[in-house]
Amino acid sequence: MTTVHLGMPLVRAPRGVGMLREQEPFPAAARRALADPQLRANIRRATGTIRDKRQRMVDEVPDWEQLRDAGSALKAATMARLPELLVQLEEQVTARGGTVHWARDAHEANRIVTSLVQATGADEVVKVKSMATVEIGLNQALEAAGIAAWETDLAELIVQLGRDRPSHILVPAIHRNRAEIREIFRREMPGLGTEVPADLSDVPAELAALSRRHLRAKFLSARVAVSGANFAVAETGTLAVVESEGNGRMCLTLPQTLITVMGIEKLVPTWRDLEVFLQLLPRSSTGERMNPYTSTWTGVTPGDGPQELHLVLLDNGRSATLADEVGRSALHCIRCSACLNVCPVYERTGGHAYGSVYPGPIGAVLSPQLTGVQDNASLPYASSLCGACFDACPVKIDIPRLLVELRAQHVEARAEEHPVPSAEAVAMAAAAWTMARSKRWVRAQRASRIGRLLARRSGRLPALPFPLARWTSSRELPVPPEETFRDWWARERG
Amino acid sequence: MRIALLVTCLVDTLYPDVGRATVTLLERLGHEVVFPDRQTCCGQMHVNSGYQRDALPLVRHHVEVFEPYDVVVAPSGSCVGSVRHQHAMVARRAGDDRLAARAEAVAGRIYELSELLVDVLGVEDVGAAYPHRVTYHPTCHSLRLLRVGDKLLRLLRHVRGLDLVELPEADQCCGFGGTFALKNADTSTAMLADKMRHVLSTGAEACTAGDSSCLMHIGGGLARLRSGTRTVHLAEILAATEQPA
Repeated sequence: MTTVHLGMPLVRAPRGVGMLREQEPFPAAARRALADPQLRANIRRATGTIRDKRQRMVDEVPDWEQLRDAGSALKAATMARLPELLVQLEEQVTARGGTVHWARDAHEANRIVTSLVQATGADEVVKVKSMATVEIGLNQALEAAGIAAWETDLAELIVQLGRDRPSHILVPAIHRNRAEIREIFRREMPGLGTEVPADLSDVPAELAALSRRHLRAKFLSARVAVSGANFAVAETGTLAVVESEGNGRMCLTLPQTLITVMGIEKLVPTWRDLEVFLQLLPRSSTGERMNPYTSTWTGVTPGDGPQELHLVLLDNGRSATLADEVGRSALHCIRCSACLNVCPVYERTGGHAYGSVYPGPIGAVLSPQLTGVQDNASLPYASSLCGACFDACPVKIDIPRLLVELRAQHVEARAEEHPVPSAEAVAMAAAAWTMARSKRWVRAQRASRIGRLLARRSGRLPALPFPLARWTSSRELPVPPEETFRDWWARERG
Repeated sequence: MRIALLVTCLVDTLYPDVGRATVTLLERLGHEVVFPDRQTCCGQMHVNSGYQRDALPLVRHHVEVFEPYDVVVAPSGSCVGSVRHQHAMVARRAGDDRLAARAEAVAGRIYELSELLVDVLGVEDVGAAYPHRVTYHPTCHSLRLLRVGDKLLRLLRHVRGLDLVELPEADQCCGFGGTFALKNADTSTAMLADKMRHVLSTGAEACTAGDSSCLMHIGGGLARLRSGTRTVHLAEILAATEQPA
C-alpha cells in the first residue's frame, strides 16, 4: 500500500471526545432502529421527499455530469497541494485581520475555542449548524467550562433540546416527526425563558414561529458566534457558509466575535472554484437550484460585522486520511447528504446506527478513516455495495470502492493485532485454498450436496446453525441440485 | 463465434440450469460454447469481505484459465463486475503489476450475458418464447457497475408471449450484497421485505434478473412467504422456446 507522508505525524481522532465512534457495532444498533416503525416511517418519508426533489433539480441541469467531473477534479487538485493552500489561507486570513489557529485534534480544537470564548468574558455563544463542532463535541466542552452553546439551525435546535444526537447531515432531526417536535418544545422552551402557547399545535408554521421567538432573543444578546464553514477560499482567505434559514447570517453578522471551526479539507484554491460547488451543493443537498442564504466573509471590516475573527483549522484524522492513496477521496465530501438519501441501508436504519456525526455511506468510509478503522470496524460492512451512493455523489466519490478498501484494511489490521485468526478468516482462507485449484473445488462441491440429504423429506433445507442461521432466519436456501453444471458438461459434452 | 463460459461458482453448484440455459441459448444462435473446466470462482466474495490477499490466488487462477479466450461470457452481472473492476485492483494492491496488466486484458474480453447478446452479437430477438407474466429486477451490479442499461429489458421485450410488468422501485437493492446478507441480516431482511412487496404487487408469476445471487435472495424470501411467485434467471427465459426441448 502506497502512502504519502506530509511531514507531520498521522494523528487520528482521539477517543473519549466528540461524536465519531460507534458505541455498539452497526448490526446491533441497526436492529434496534429497524424495530421502531415510527422511526422508519419518519426517515423513509423524509429521504423519499428529498430524493425526488434532488432528482428533479439534477435532471434540469444539462451539464450535470461535467459539473460532477469538475467538482471531483477540483477536489483532487486541492488535496494534492493541501499543505501549501492551507498556508496561503492562513496568510490571507491573517493579512485581513483574522487569527488562524491550528488544531491537531478534537481536544486541541475544544481548548482553543473555549479559551477564545472565555477571553471575551461571554458565557454563551450562538452557533451556526456545523458538522465539525459536533464531530469534536464542542458544545459539551463549552458546557463543561460553564459556557452555554445555542444551536440556531431549527433541526439542530430540535436535536439539542431533545438531548438527542443528529441522525442526518442535512436534516439532523430527520428521525423526528412534528408531533414529537411539539412535545420537545413544550417540555424544554419554558426553561429557556421562551413562553409556549397553551394551544401549541404541531403545524410547522407554529413550531417555526415559536423557535423564531426563542432564537431572536439569542441573536440579539449573544456577543460570540461559533460557525463551521462549507468552503474557504485560499487566494483571499474568504470563508463561506450556505444555509436555508437565515439563522446563519444572523450569527455571522451580529456578534462581536466570530469563531469558525473548519476541517482542513474544506478548502478551495480560488473564488472561481465556488461556481462549481455552489451549483453542486444545493441541488444535491436540499434539492434546490440555489440555497436561500450564501454568506461569505473575509477578515474583519471596521464598523461592520464581527470585529474579532478566529479560524480554527481542524485536522482530527484528516491528514492521516489524506495519506491513504485510496481513502483520501473521502475528503472530497462537501457534506451534501445525497448519498444518505439514496442509500437503502440508511433509509432503513437511520443515522444513529452509524454512531457518528457522519452517517450513511460517506460516514461509513469517513468515520473509520478519521478514527482508524479498528475503532469503527463494523461501518465499512454496513453496505450492500449497491452503488447508489456513488451515482448520487456530486463530486464522484467512489464510496463502494472505498468500502471494499477499508474492509481489506480492517481484515489486515485485525490479522496483525490478533495471532489467532477469526472464524471468518479461517473460512475465507479455506475457501480461497479450495477454489484456487479446480480439483479441490470439485471435491468441495460434491460435499456441498450433503444439503440434499438434509432436504430429503421436506424438499427444503432446515434451519441451519450459525452463521448460516442468519440467512435461514428469514430466507430459504436453495437445495443443491443432483448434478453440478460441470458434471452435466462432462456427461454431455466432455 | 467461439465463446468461453464463466459459469460462476454459484451457478455451477446451485443453479446448473442457468448454465445449461446459457449454453442452449448461445448454441441455438449458432455459436460454439466452450467450458474451461479448470475454472473455479472469481473471488468476489473474498474481495468484498476484505480478504483481498486470499483473493489473489483466485484472480491469478482466473487469469490463467481465461487468458486463452477472445470472448468470455458469464450469466452474472456481479461476477463480470468483479472481473472487470476488481481483479486488476487486487493484483495491483498486492504489488503484482504484471498480473494486473494480464487481468485487465482478460477483463476487457468478458461480458455479462445481455451485453454479449446486444453489444457483441448484435441480437435482441433471440427467438425465445415464454408465455408468463414476468417482472424484472435490474440488479445493482448490472445496473451501476456494468451500466447494462435497458439491455435485459430489450431482450425480454422480444420474448414471445412474455407479459412484462414493471417492478415498482426497481432500482432499489434487494439487500443481498454477499456477506452483507449475513453480517447485517436484519437490515438485509428489511430491504428484501420491500423488494418482495413490490414484486408481489405486480402480480407476476416470476421475477427475473441477470444475477443468480440476487435471485437466490429474492427467491429465498418469496419461498419463505410461500408466495408461489418464482424467480427465474434471464438465461432460462431466453433459452425457452415453443418447441419442446
